[in-house]
Amino acid sequence: MRTFAFSAAENVDQAIIACESNNAEASYIAGGTTLIDLVKLDVMRPERVIDLNRLPLKEVERLDDGRLRIGALVSNTDLAHHPLVTQHYPLLSQALLAGASTQLRNMATTAGNIMQRTRCPYFRDVAAACNKRDPGSGCDALGGINRMHALLGTSEHCIATHPSDMCVAMAALGATLALEGPNGVREIAFGDFHRLPMDRPDLEHELEPNELITHITLDTPVVGGGSHYLKLRDRASYEFALASAAVVVAVEDGVIRDARLALGGVATKPWQAMEAEQALTGQPAKTESFEKAAEIALADALPREHNAFKVPLARQAILRALEKATQAAMNS
Amino acid sequence: MNMKEYSTQTKAVETDTTVTLTVNGEPRQLRVPPNVGLLDALRDRLGLTGTKKGCDHGQCGACTVHLDGQAINSCLMLAVMCEGHEVTTVEGLASDAGLHPVQQAFLENDAYQCGFCTPGQMMSASALLEDDRIGTDDAAVREAMSGNICRCGAYKNILAAIQTAREQMQDAQTKGKTS
Repeated sequence: MRTFAFSAAENVDQAIIACESNNAEASYIAGGTTLIDLVKLDVMRPERVIDLNRLPLKEVERLDDGRLRIGALVSNTDLAHHPLVTQHYPLLSQALLAGASTQLRNMATTAGNIMQRTRCPYFRDVAAACNKRDPGSGCDALGGINRMHALLGTSEHCIATHPSDMCVAMAALGATLALEGPNGVREIAFGDFHRLPMDRPDLEHELEPNELITHITLDTPVVGGGSHYLKLRDRASYEFALASAAVVVAVEDGVIRDARLALGGVATKPWQAMEAEQALTGQPAKTESFEKAAEIALADALPREHNAFKVPLARQAILRALEKATQAAMNS
Repeated sequence: MNMKEYSTQTKAVETDTTVTLTVNGEPRQLRVPPNVGLLDALRDRLGLTGTKKGCDHGQCGACTVHLDGQAINSCLMLAVMCEGHEVTTVEGLASDAGLHPVQQAFLENDAYQCGFCTPGQMMSASALLEDDRIGTDDAAVREAMSGNICRCGAYKNILAAIQTAREQMQDAQTKGKTS
């Protein structure tokens, strides 16, 4: 592993100053499951690493307005099993437990999960051309083995998928990120945080240099909503999604009152299918409505040589997740 | 950047740091540069070679240890981040009373072939048996153990060993309460 300077921050201010006061390329570290992996591969090359683990950002609390505020450093395991999450946001718990392995979930943090990098093998291989890793170098995935790659939100510069399961649930549930940096505190909607690759795949999110995520606040739970996270992958556990669907639906007298749908494994960022959500609202909670929604959600899908199978796979994921969530809503 | 500045910076990044941690119940001190992982520190600096290096990228689980009682991949943890923490390796699993129930059960169930993944398997197994958030049925155990790869394919016996160890630990607990 290449060398770097290391310091541990005691609080948010110290972390920001440590990052700012040095001209060197700095990286924050929390769980380390992305950073250490990518430093070993020479994909990420920090000259300075600032440990955030002593920051007091490990609480999960319900706010007076009913929203749930999650500290950036809450581990994926602790968040998945937290009583407030299992009770009010079972979708999030399901998605978290569908991701990674026990060991990785024990280390990985909530904000770190949001900041994780793509698993595109060309991004992870410094001998390959990759606009995300080395802007302007090209994209070997376009004409390469792109079976795992994205259908939605792609560009001619990058077709890498966002790998997170947790983020797909958050895109469906709705959330706000609290960011803190040299210019103070600000908030950003979860859906606006990750960027589409367009012509700058290296710019993955809206975080400014020296800023860090301090909290993630989930929107109030959908009243009477049923939910389901369905992840389809090459093996039963410990594998990234080929396609996944996160659904929340509220049904009244057989009619969908509120619908949330987000997709994973098929898009360049956690993908909220907003038009499909709108199309579902007010419709009967039946297969025909679900089929229409799936069609709308995947209308812009752009398959490449090896990943066309993901279009019907994602469609089935959407249908099945909508069926399961509707059943859950009707049984609640 | 001129050469002088560069050499100063290089010196700064290579500075060794003292890390005080507890390993298998004993206080230990390490002098390591920041880029040394916990796995390498355990094996190369403390001589605890029971923890194995497989993929070195958090994909195989051979390097699994407990950090403050939780199973983690020691290949993805910097040694300097372990300041003040408790690390347990496979060498710390047995006690004066004998083998840990998981070790005994692996032995009795023939839960290994080449043995390279076994320390990691046993560290994950012993952590999951202490974690009441993880289900007790076979499917839950398989899921919780999925971060430990066994290329010999001893999964069936590993699962049997874990469930045997669970029974033994429960029996021991019941006996402890009644006696």
